[in-house]
Amino acid sequence: MRSAIRFASIGFALAALALGSAPTAHAADTPDPPADAKAFKDYFTKKFPKVKLEDFVNGPYSMNEDMHRQWEEKEQFPPYDFSLDMGKEMFSKPFKNGKGYADCFPNKGIGIRQNYPYFDEKEGKVVTLELALNRCREANGEPPFSYVKDEMAALTAYMAFTSRGKPFDIKIPNDPRALDAYQNGKRYFYTRRGQLNFSCATCHVQSGGERIRAEVLAPALGILNAMPIYRSEWGGMGTISRRFTTCNSQIRGVPLNPQDDEYRDLEYYLSYVSNGLPISGPGARP
Amino acid sequence: MRGNMRISTLSLALTLLIAGATSSLTAGSEADFKAAYAAAEAANKEAAALRNQWTTTAAALAAAKKAADSGDFDQAVASSKEAEALAKASIFQATSEKEAWKALEIR
Repeated sequence: MRSAIRFASIGFALAALALGSAPTAHAADTPDPPADAKAFKDYFTKKFPKVKLEDFVNGPYSMNEDMHRQWEEKEQFPPYDFSLDMGKEMFSKPFKNGKGYADCFPNKGIGIRQNYPYFDEKEGKVVTLELALNRCREANGEPPFSYVKDEMAALTAYMAFTSRGKPFDIKIPNDPRALDAYQNGKRYFYTRRGQLNFSCATCHVQSGGERIRAEVLAPALGILNAMPIYRSEWGGMGTISRRFTTCNSQIRGVPLNPQDDEYRDLEYYLSYVSNGLPISGPGARP
Repeated sequence: MRGNMRISTLSLALTLLIAGATSSLTAGSEADFKAAYAAAEAANKEAAALRNQWTTTAAALAAAKKAADSGDFDQAVASSKEAEALAKASIFQATSEKEAWKALEIR
């Protein structure tokens, strides 16, 4: 009798444990993008109470007054100007078949940067602006550009420029694959990798605003709004693909190929949680 | 008698220890290198399947090959073993991060 009671109470305890823990685990594992975006913004606005929400798009230059002044001075003769001019010229130059980039995009490609990346329900995957540009070229018989710099940076610089001030407006359609892509991007962002055992969040969440040697780490909020960027460290322009791959190699991880699914999903996640913040690209960084 | 036994056990242990150490000091052969390199490559392939290779693994593999090409099989074996250890660490990282990433998430 006594042992039966003991069994019953163990069973009850186990059932209570299972009931108690199941909803929590479920809540933690079920993606809730609007809640994520709110928590993301709350985290950074609480961490940096003096920084205006829309100023986060200026990365390290939003972190203190001295740096902000440096940035304002830099903006008088911005180092990305050459790339911007080149992008504008390239964008308006027709392909050999007579068509152009404008034929591949909504609104002829003007003022649409804030809507990229988007989830393509036909393909079942995330499509970034860089990917869409190369697909446009290939569809018109032109060879694709390198994803990391030069021509791709110039084209995206021009397209970002035509969207300046427009808030990021990334949508997650009611499609489980879109939610999966978002969740994969989030997982990539927080996953530690490389011999240094760093995740994207190690530098851009926990250490955002801190110095790493002579540089100030940009907070993750609004980090893609200024892309592409001219980096003094690179001595030239770089795209989002360049930023992701170099981040990986800096922590001694072998980078994936630009525009691999993981990077596309990461861009989707990072852009979504910055919804509402204005596009400020092209940008300049130390 | 008991003292003698103790001494002989001790000397046997020492002999075995020395033998072990000497064998690890013996010059590595090309076959040793090939085996060590294959093991490292296999581990690095597994890390690739997990999308989590480390640049340092690739560097150690390259160093192993370079040493082998110049006939320095001791170094080639040592670099291969280093590469295998690094690749195994990257596999461990990828496996543990499958759940551990959630601890870093902003909620």
